[in-house]
Amino acid sequence: MLELKNISFLVDDEGTDKEIIRDISLTIPDRKLVVITGPNGGGKSTLARLIVGIEKPTSGQILFNGEDITEKSITERAKMGIGFAFQQPVRFKGIQVLDLIRIATGRRTSVAEACEYLSAVGLCAHDYIDREVNSSLSGGELKRIEIATVLARATKLSVFDEPEAGIDLWSFQNLIDVFQNMRKNIKDSSILIISHQERILNIADEIIVLKDGKLEEEGGRDEVLPGLIGTASATRACEKLA
Amino acid sequence: MANMLGMDEIQMRLLREVADLHKVPEGAYNIRSNSEAAGRQSTANIEIIPKEGGNGIDIYIKPGTKNESVHIPVVMTKSGLKEVVYNDFHIGEDADVIIVAGCGIDNCGTQDSEHDGIHRFFVGKNAKIKYVEKHYGSGTGSGKRILNPGTEVYQEENSTVEMEMVQIKGVDDTTRDTTAELAAGAKLLVRERLMTHGEQRAISTYVVNLNGEGATADVVSRSVARDDSFQKFDAKIIGNAPCSGHTECDSIIMDRGRILAVPGLEANDVDAALVHEAAIGKIAGDQIIKLMTLGLTEQEAEEQIINGFLK
Repeated sequence: MLELKNISFLVDDEGTDKEIIRDISLTIPDRKLVVITGPNGGGKSTLARLIVGIEKPTSGQILFNGEDITEKSITERAKMGIGFAFQQPVRFKGIQVLDLIRIATGRRTSVAEACEYLSAVGLCAHDYIDREVNSSLSGGELKRIEIATVLARATKLSVFDEPEAGIDLWSFQNLIDVFQNMRKNIKDSSILIISHQERILNIADEIIVLKDGKLEEEGGRDEVLPGLIGTASATRACEKLA
Repeated sequence: MANMLGMDEIQMRLLREVADLHKVPEGAYNIRSNSEAAGRQSTANIEIIPKEGGNGIDIYIKPGTKNESVHIPVVMTKSGLKEVVYNDFHIGEDADVIIVAGCGIDNCGTQDSEHDGIHRFFVGKNAKIKYVEKHYGSGTGSGKRILNPGTEVYQEENSTVEMEMVQIKGVDDTTRDTTAELAAGAKLLVRERLMTHGEQRAISTYVVNLNGEGATADVVSRSVARDDSFQKFDAKIIGNAPCSGHTECDSIIMDRGRILAVPGLEANDVDAALVHEAAIGKIAGDQIIKLMTLGLTEQEAEEQIINGFLK
């Protein structure tokens, strides 16, 4: 379980403080898939980066399974069981897909096991296991490998920052399947997805709406989603093409 | 093998580092240890003949020799040795062989140890060679470990030369000069990997002449400069015929490391297609962050990134 208590985050904007996150308190319970949505620039990605430890809050407290992790590093949080899939996956010259999966699992994962993670994200494992995680991969391929590294870690809290960004429509259903599978096997862990895609919101247990850095609304899907349909907080995949 | 070749543990360790040799190699070999021949073997197709005066060898590979290898490692463990060695490879037409060279220096003394190996390759028509060269230095002495390899490659028509040059650790000072002359249809592929530490200095210069129609060259260097080290990569490809050439220098700098990349192209034929790329920069912050989110510390992340980069 993750708890945010009165989290604020200020950045320096040409000499003046700009408040990106304003006094947010929320809980991501165990055994739940929670989606954070809201208009662009509302602070969604920043909140994810605060949870993972890439940014440190200006004030407030973050608790993970009851332990205060506010001052803990990215590495410490990762070791405690927080996983993160970047919105824009990072490329590495020379590091192969198998290497990255092995780093993620923290052991010498067998090729067969690594292939399972790749297959789970819809990649023909055989074609990818030896590929370098570099610019020879397309945005969509990188994105799926990114998600595979989070699957491989089997973390207690998995955070996905706009997993649908850069994925083509054809693969989109596959992505939904990946998350539905994760949801099915959630056990005591929890999943947090940053997204404003209606189809991802559709599989959420709970929805949180962020706007202008503030928590606008939170609740069960059936309670929150109807009010979002047709707004920037719940767009359809096709609308992205327009 | 230690007994067989009269070598001690340090010499054996160097041999493992530079030539992956754990035992006497199969096929032809010449092992040079502290300026003396420690072992030599010719085969039916590969003949190794010492030059007069003991300052090198001639290696003759018969035309049509396939799937054979030659190992010619050099190890130095005495402080203060300085030697220049000339090794000439005569590769017959249609041969297809692997040549493994390399030099390891362990210097625990206060005097500089230096090995300057001049390798010349005369590659016959349609012949194919893969040449692997590793350099390694160790030892805690204040004496420098110096390696200055010179490589000259002469490729006849439709021959292929693939060179893999690796210098990852412990060599204080190196000046590497490589020149190549390619006839029609010849192909040269160079992969250089280099890492410098401390106050080390490494200079690598390539001059590749593409003289015949259809000749191709691809010279790629990946390097990491750490601490206060300095590297210079100077690669020039000259197109004198309808040909294609590519040179690339991709480098990571850390700490106070410095790198000077001087890619050069010279086209003397309107159908010469030449490309160069050069990129130098520190490790991208998001690469480190990504690996930290997978549970690595910042330092472990850096090591993984560098290992991958130099793989």
